[in-house]
Amino acid sequence: MNLWVVLAVNSITLGGLLFLLSAGFSLIFGLMKIPNLTHGSFFMLGAYLATSLIAHGFDFWTAAIVGGLLVAALGGIVERLILRRLVGAELAQVLVTLGLSFMIADVCLLVWTGDPIRIATPSALRGATSVMGLGFPTYRLAISLIAVVFAVVLWALLDRTRLGAMIRAGVDDPAMARVVGIRVSRLFTIVFCLGAWLAGFAGVIGGPILSVYPGLDQEMLPLALVVVILGGSGSLLGSLVGSFVVGFLYNFGQAMFPELAYVVLFLPMLVVLVVRPQGLFGRLAA
Amino acid sequence: MKRLGLAAALAILATVPLWVGGTYYVNIASQILFYAIFALGVNVLAGYAGLVSLGHAGLFGIAAYAGARIMNDGHGQVVVAAGALGVTLLVSAIFAVLALRGTGLGFVMITVALGQIVWGVAYRWISITNGDNGIAIRGRPSPLGLSLTSPASFYWATLVVFLIAVGSIAVFVASPFGASVRGTRDQPRRMNALGYHVWMIRFLSFLFSGFWSGVAGLLYLYYNQFVSPQAVALTASAEALLMVIAGGTATLLGPIAGAALVVVVKNVASAYIERWNFVLGAIFVVIVVFMPEGLVPGTVRRWRRAVAVLRPRATAAG
Amino acid sequence: MAVKVRRREFLAGAAGAAVTASLAFPAIAQPKPVRIGLLTVKTGPLASGGIQMEQGTIRFFKDRNSTLAGRKVELIVADTGGNPAGTKTKTQELVERDNVDMIFGPLAAFELLAITDYAAQAKMPILSLAAAEDMTQRRPNPYFVRASATSSQNMHCLADYAAKELKFKRIITIADDFAFGHEQMAGFQRVFEDAGGRIVKKLWPPLVTPDYTPYLAQISGADAVVQGFAGSNPLKFMKQYQDAGLKLPVLGGGTACDEALMKSFGDEAVGVISCSAYTGDLDTPTNKRLIDGMVKDYGNIPGLYSAGLYINGLVAEAALEKTGGKTDDREALIRALRSVSLTDTPRGPFTFDHFGNVVGTFYVRRCEKKGDKLVNTTIKTYPKVSQFWTYDEKWFLAQPVYSRDYPPLKT
Repeated sequence: MNLWVVLAVNSITLGGLLFLLSAGFSLIFGLMKIPNLTHGSFFMLGAYLATSLIAHGFDFWTAAIVGGLLVAALGGIVERLILRRLVGAELAQVLVTLGLSFMIADVCLLVWTGDPIRIATPSALRGATSVMGLGFPTYRLAISLIAVVFAVVLWALLDRTRLGAMIRAGVDDPAMARVVGIRVSRLFTIVFCLGAWLAGFAGVIGGPILSVYPGLDQEMLPLALVVVILGGSGSLLGSLVGSFVVGFLYNFGQAMFPELAYVVLFLPMLVVLVVRPQGLFGRLAA
Repeated sequence: MKRLGLAAALAILATVPLWVGGTYYVNIASQILFYAIFALGVNVLAGYAGLVSLGHAGLFGIAAYAGARIMNDGHGQVVVAAGALGVTLLVSAIFAVLALRGTGLGFVMITVALGQIVWGVAYRWISITNGDNGIAIRGRPSPLGLSLTSPASFYWATLVVFLIAVGSIAVFVASPFGASVRGTRDQPRRMNALGYHVWMIRFLSFLFSGFWSGVAGLLYLYYNQFVSPQAVALTASAEALLMVIAGGTATLLGPIAGAALVVVVKNVASAYIERWNFVLGAIFVVIVVFMPEGLVPGTVRRWRRAVAVLRPRATAAG
Repeated sequence: MAVKVRRREFLAGAAGAAVTASLAFPAIAQPKPVRIGLLTVKTGPLASGGIQMEQGTIRFFKDRNSTLAGRKVELIVADTGGNPAGTKTKTQELVERDNVDMIFGPLAAFELLAITDYAAQAKMPILSLAAAEDMTQRRPNPYFVRASATSSQNMHCLADYAAKELKFKRIITIADDFAFGHEQMAGFQRVFEDAGGRIVKKLWPPLVTPDYTPYLAQISGADAVVQGFAGSNPLKFMKQYQDAGLKLPVLGGGTACDEALMKSFGDEAVGVISCSAYTGDLDTPTNKRLIDGMVKDYGNIPGLYSAGLYINGLVAEAALEKTGGKTDDREALIRALRSVSLTDTPRGPFTFDHFGNVVGTFYVRRCEKKGDKLVNTTIKTYPKVSQFWTYDEKWFLAQPVYSRDYPPLKT
């Protein structure tokens, strides 16, 4: 019985981390229609950069924010120099982003060697907290909280600001958005940087649980992909719900059907794609 | 002139084991050929039908896994080939029915999901696939009593299959059906209005594409004499697409040139360049950004432009 | 004749350059060099172990001035990318194009299984760390030599220790869901159960598992946990184990608490008891030399992978001394390799059995904190351990190979 409670709580904490990772992926996918296969690399790069920042005396949270900013800067460069040439060409986008992920992975290997690097849990959040009479790692619970805070902030950004309105307009109907004078091009850069920042930040936040090692990028990318397909691209609520759904699928799938764990993960994605291509919360493209 | 070029190309291809200088390079040439078949198969969809699949390594791998299982059950080579390709066609049909629910990015994503499911099964359903250790087979088959053990004989056998593949795809492209496939890519609504069954055209293209991917997968199995989950990974699907786009989509020569490029970078260049993964990634980016139409059409275009620039000068000088 | 270490130019800048420079010796007229190919993984997720293998190899040849048994040695490094098909092509490159005399590596069992038939046909001696049991059991390759251990060889000792010294009765196993993990845990299970213990649960997270919690949540009702993780996974596992508040003692195999991981581990590794073919605290002259050299050149404490390749170098050297430096007669070379018997090595004394697998000392260690560093301290040694443990070889080979489901879990 305890097992199920532990799994359920953990599904929520993993969902929180996945939300941080995939919210940006979803915005990029929804607004720019780019399947950004470098998203896992941004996650890993953020974590690696943070290990160096921490080694140079930064504290964990500063490292998370600054590491994310460095990744965002890289994202901006990639978007400005490369991706904007490839609007509407999904084949080209797939290949370029995949090629970039190869390059980033190889650079990380060169700079940080292949050895796994541990990121220490921030001291205030070490140890366990009791929930329903069971002990849970405090840090993991904190991640869920961070995810909720980010969800609220992002929602406010999208729903309550002018920028958010423009982004929403761009997601719903880019052509119309252009007609009414929204600079969709600049919007793309902003959204891509924001998405990259979120991914890099998530990588650092995930660090104390996952540590950083070569291959982390390719472990996280499919999870983000499933989240976004399930939830629906461009939808914040979709990402949030999708993240928790994947958190549950992942935890319960591994525990109950270990041999088919990947099928349990990808089959729902397939079903959603086939039955409801816009995702659970996505809106149909015009 | 064209016929002469074709004859010369054939002669060069047929004599590779005689002049390439060592069995190592013969083996590389064999790999180029079966990856070229794979790329040609992927190109049927990605190039001519405009449907980008990121799950074709699943079909390639299923042929190899099915072939290995059937062979290790003690069946003869005809059964192995027929069984493996039969299974591949069946799975292709299932893939097609599901994937054709979407177009554009939707199609890409469905094929990703399908490919990942195949990978997940190959990787984790150990009782069937032997997990990450993969399945090994004992020896290569001997069609018509000819042993394919030596690198050269395997190369020639692969070459024959390769030429059949090129021929059949050339016929496919030139046929009225091929024209209708391109029609569904460029003007799906108009095709529909004209009374074409767009879905069926795409479905059949998918089967044709899956069939050649399966053939390539079977050759991969015979060549390596084992198959493991890496053969069905997402990266393998992406590499096939890279071969297509690097060489030039919707051309016959493009995927072949692309396959040669990728195989050489992965296997030969990696002996000299420590950071070959970086180079491979950079090649993806550079080709897509600077030669979006692919190496073959890109080179032809640049060549024509160079000729056009040079020619007036030549006449002026003359 | 300078020793050529191909593709050194880009490796970690200064370290690589220093090696090439120090290996550059003036040419003296002599017979063609012995060529040794190193199949390793330098890119992708497995690169960590692969790079350590390369470092151990280069350290050895530096210690020998790249001369073995009076002959110059040329080292050719090939990067397999950790992919079986790539490994096959790279092996062909080493055998057919570079005409190497023997191959060190590859790293992973699936790589080795992909090339074993080909290597046997080519009569190419392979000195590998890959631990796949059947390579020296039911599917032997006559040209194969393994100076490290089979997957289960150290686990047999660990199980003996757990049952007899630690007096554990009930144990839960958890390991990566691939052949190396299966074979380790199966070997542990057989010896542990034969000594009266019981395995109550076997857990198999996939090799690629960002989050172990679904498995950690199932750990309860036992005296201890045995983990058989490899690569970077022990780090992730131990951290999450501690975070989950689990207190059961943790035992592990050779890769679970390897010296090379010590710089990455935090306090969560303190107290882990592991059994390995190599231990950093072994006091032999060669081990000291290996550790000093590795620290000086790379700033790294050597672990299983570096030490394993250094030991392969010692084996190759001893064999070449037996053949008088000759490598042309492959049968004689493999006979010489398999009849090597050494005492002063980084892993202590060892010989080979008739399958080419090591019979040597294994070390049970406890991970401890000394100052601000983690170290493994040996608490028991098992000398002259065969891959068949104390079982009769014929009986052992008549049983199915160790696997995920064999021996089965007792209900």
